[in-house]
Amino acid sequence: MGKRTPLFHRHEGLGAKIVDFGGWDMPIHYGSQIEEHHAVRGNAGVFDVSHMTVVEFHGDRVTEYLERLLANDIKRVKLPGQAMYSAMLNASGGVIDDLIVYATGNPCLAVVNCATRDKDLAWLNEVASAFAIQIVEREDLAILAVQGPNAIDHVKSVATSCQSKDIESLKLFQGCWSDNWFIARTGYTGEKGLEILLPENDVVAFWDALLEAGVSPIGLGARDTLRLEAGMNLYGSDMDESVTPLESNMASTVFLEGRDFIGADALRELEARGSYAELVGLVMRGKGVLRAHYPVFSQGEAVGEITSGAYSPTLQMGIALARVSQVSSDMAVEIRGRMQAVDCVTPPFVRNGKPTYKPLN
Amino acid sequence: MAEFPTEFRYLATHEWAKLDGEVVVVGISDHAQDALGDVVYVELPEVGATFAAGDEAAVVESVKAASDIFAPVSGSVVEVNVALEDEPELVNDSAYVDGWFFKLSADNPAELEDLLSAEGYRQVCESEEH
Repeated sequence: MGKRTPLFHRHEGLGAKIVDFGGWDMPIHYGSQIEEHHAVRGNAGVFDVSHMTVVEFHGDRVTEYLERLLANDIKRVKLPGQAMYSAMLNASGGVIDDLIVYATGNPCLAVVNCATRDKDLAWLNEVASAFAIQIVEREDLAILAVQGPNAIDHVKSVATSCQSKDIESLKLFQGCWSDNWFIARTGYTGEKGLEILLPENDVVAFWDALLEAGVSPIGLGARDTLRLEAGMNLYGSDMDESVTPLESNMASTVFLEGRDFIGADALRELEARGSYAELVGLVMRGKGVLRAHYPVFSQGEAVGEITSGAYSPTLQMGIALARVSQVSSDMAVEIRGRMQAVDCVTPPFVRNGKPTYKPLN
Repeated sequence: MAEFPTEFRYLATHEWAKLDGEVVVVGISDHAQDALGDVVYVELPEVGATFAAGDEAAVVESVKAASDIFAPVSGSVVEVNVALEDEPELVNDSAYVDGWFFKLSADNPAELEDLLSAEGYRQVCESEEH
């Protein structure tokens, strides 16, 4: 038996198929992954992502600490509680994990991945010692993501009046504490929505109220196709310690100028050399499904492989992220020994329910 | 619970086969479609293709994985279920009726007798779950 969130028995009661996910017993779907995907794009869905790791950074020098730890620049964040997506790197520029930091001051709040929890906490602590930062894991908090065009209205309809008012005042990517919950306008689906960190004792009643209000429960299967359509990376698939953020379509989250974060020198060297692989989007012209590790070809030459692939329920075709050393107008993927034509595109594939991808050449 | 209708024969690899007049109809079991999750694409053989029993004859792709479909008996393909091209979800909604994959003109229909009975196949599925 794996670790369980406070909602485990709710998932079981809804008929979820439960799978092991990084040591946790989590719902992969509640019957149909595709219907769940459409529910998020068309209305609203709620995901139990309480398996993810919430940490707080306590200390006066938290800004200095984050400047050293993260490839993205916390000093660029303007609003209180604003979310910043970043990679944290090892000395050679490899991605230890990607994370969301909420600029809540001292303590500062962050969410890191579940499968990387142990090495992340070890790394966060190692870097923290020079800045007298205390790392506190908030295992007492559950996390729900409520996503979709109607998600925010549904949450407001069941939240306290204070929370509703706070939600209305939030800008995109901003979060705040409200009646003991941390509520942020962030997500992993490419739709409007909220991610909510709340005490474990509150989560079952909130879940029930959302379902009662018409929000659909969504499993981790649809979470993966939604994030892929949104062009968002999955740690362990699209990047890991063997690649840099520059090779992972994360250059927009890297600020090198005048910075001295861990891994910065390695990235400067890579930039100076000039040629490195890039993570691009692929869409399949014919019928079929793109999947991780399929080899990718440009003008007949092997140039890389797919890192994440799926059938896109919104676009009704195969889509993928692939790390390639070259792109051209003559790209193909080898599927079961046969070459299938694909187009190289700039992710995201879908935003707010609509196709958004553009040809790369 | 998955259904195991007794009028079909089965492979341990989760295909079903049924003699319908002169031809053997082939599909995948209810247990298989449930394990695969939503089916999103089926790669069907060409009409006229010939297979020996146990050959890879088709591929079913679900949200989870791509899986080979094996010919349960030797023979040549006389018809494929073209409805699956636009409605692969028929495999989930109707594994034993509308979700069939292809029909074989069997070289030797007696090969069907070598396949698993419904009870034998149910035991295979149960042992996989433990």
